[in-house]
Amino acid sequence: MPTEEHVLPDTALDLIAPACHDEEEYEMVYHKPSTMVNVVMHYCPGCAHSLVHKLIMEVVEEMDIQEKTIGIAPVGCSVFAYEYMDIDMQEAAHGRACAVATGIKKLMPDKYVFTYQGDGDLAAIGIAETLHAINRGENILIVFMNNAVYGMTSGQMAPTTLAGMHTTTSPDGRDVSYYGAPIKVSELMANLPGAFYVTRQAVNSANAVRRTKKALQNAFKYQQLHKGTCLIEIIGNCPSNWKMTPVEASKFIDEEMVKTFPLGDIKVPKGV
Amino acid sequence: MTETKLMKGNEAMAEAAILAGCDAYFGYPITPQSEVLEYLAREMPKHNRIVMQAESEVASINMVYGAAGAGFRAMTSSSSPGISLMQEGISYIAGAELPCLIVNVNRAGPGLGTIQPGQGDYFQSVKGGGHGDYKMIVLAPASVQEMADFVYLGFDLADKYRNPVLMLSDGAIGQMMEKVQFKPYTRPAVDKSWATTGKPKTRNRNYITSLFIQPERMEQHNLKLEEKFKKIRENEVRFEEINTADAEYLFVAYGLSARICQKAMDIAREKGIKIGLLRPITLYPYPYKRLEELTAQVKMMLSVELNSGQMVEDVRLAVNGKVPVEFYGRMGGMMPTPEEIVHHLETLIQYHHAN
Repeated sequence: MPTEEHVLPDTALDLIAPACHDEEEYEMVYHKPSTMVNVVMHYCPGCAHSLVHKLIMEVVEEMDIQEKTIGIAPVGCSVFAYEYMDIDMQEAAHGRACAVATGIKKLMPDKYVFTYQGDGDLAAIGIAETLHAINRGENILIVFMNNAVYGMTSGQMAPTTLAGMHTTTSPDGRDVSYYGAPIKVSELMANLPGAFYVTRQAVNSANAVRRTKKALQNAFKYQQLHKGTCLIEIIGNCPSNWKMTPVEASKFIDEEMVKTFPLGDIKVPKGV
Repeated sequence: MTETKLMKGNEAMAEAAILAGCDAYFGYPITPQSEVLEYLAREMPKHNRIVMQAESEVASINMVYGAAGAGFRAMTSSSSPGISLMQEGISYIAGAELPCLIVNVNRAGPGLGTIQPGQGDYFQSVKGGGHGDYKMIVLAPASVQEMADFVYLGFDLADKYRNPVLMLSDGAIGQMMEKVQFKPYTRPAVDKSWATTGKPKTRNRNYITSLFIQPERMEQHNLKLEEKFKKIRENEVRFEEINTADAEYLFVAYGLSARICQKAMDIAREKGIKIGLLRPITLYPYPYKRLEELTAQVKMMLSVELNSGQMVEDVRLAVNGKVPVEFYGRMGGMMPTPEEIVHHLETLIQYHHAN
């Protein structure tokens, strides 16, 4: 029997939105960017995608470049990115986003073109297209969401899966003697002369979110310079496939993921 | 007056692409069509067009996807193994309804095969190739002139139907030199308001996708595509007939095979055999109706192909058992001589006469 303290309020809404007495007493200090479609997202609670979608769209709104921005959605959990981002987008075949982006950017060099790709998409099936696009210095932004698993197909091992990490296809933990070590994509790609700006960030805390936002602002601005490819790797929370609560997933990034994927800038342009 | 030039099929096709206003060409070297990429690498920059040697055929077809999705005239070309690599991208292009031109300079297979001409990619070209329900319009040139002409036609049909168009040539037509004229061409006005060029405040966002996760919406999309393919079947069948007016027998052959059959027809007619030739120009849509009509007139049809017997299945579908349909083919990059075909024809006529 619930005790008196545990009696639920009349509506659950009262818990999260106490009755607003007078709207004029409050100043709106935050709003969803106008460049987002106002719909409920399909992402799991605690997933990084919704947050990163919003950060990208905030930058597009702040720079007032909605009319000049074309995004490429991948195959993976974020395949429906175009349902949420209110910009022109193309959905690419699995791994081919950088080739599609090349086709767009070569013909419209003054537009802002970005790909949004997961680690299965970019680091496994699409590593050739990614590497060659960066090597050509395609003047695009690659947003690389690394959550160390295949999310959409429900948690299989990815090229980025941590050593010893349990996934549905590495039930005893990733055996690096059999499958190799997790690929450090950003370090690998930063070696290419075509890479202009490479950084690895996360979105598991308020500070991390701020740094990711700053990286995205940098990358969109750098695209105006026509100097090469920007690659922003974002360590993404995937509580559902990590079999964790959102809070545990955020901790897992700080305690485990960063050991293999240290956060911070990897290649920063000088004098810009 | 239009100037007459002597050119290779592959180069005539490349030149026609420039004249047709092709904005971008993405390709990867493969024999017997590397001249296309070489020619365009030299010539496209002079016209401020985009040409790019991609890292693979997989990449080049997806670059075409991106450029076509942004509303530009884009094309790629390759030969059989490379076209196999493109099938995923072609399926996505068909699913997302993007207009583009793909050229297959068919070599003999399977596998790495040989660089000599073949027609073994007929099934891949007209029956699907990639996954899912889709069709490409397939044009089969039989001369250097047609390799040029079908570039214009291919781009126009692609735009008209928002569908990929495949030109299915072969290693002989691509490599041989013939005279060619580049006719004056006016590009039809086409509405591409669906293209992803950046969303102004005045319209909703455009997105290019072949993904419809709800089965009801997917089926609607399938039905929309089928409606388009039906229109294509009704309006775009193209073929050439030679000596069919009095024909008692009929060669059915496309591309290079049709060229050889023309000579075989001359030899057979000198021998008193009244044979005609029907040359399908579009392999999809296929001239089923005309072949069915001709069953009222001819005693036998002979499909001649550079494969083990692929198009003959479509001839049999058209004829539906009304007259015998026979096949003669060579493979592996080997080409039949006209005399060889006539000898085979005579044997078949004797056989059917006796039975």
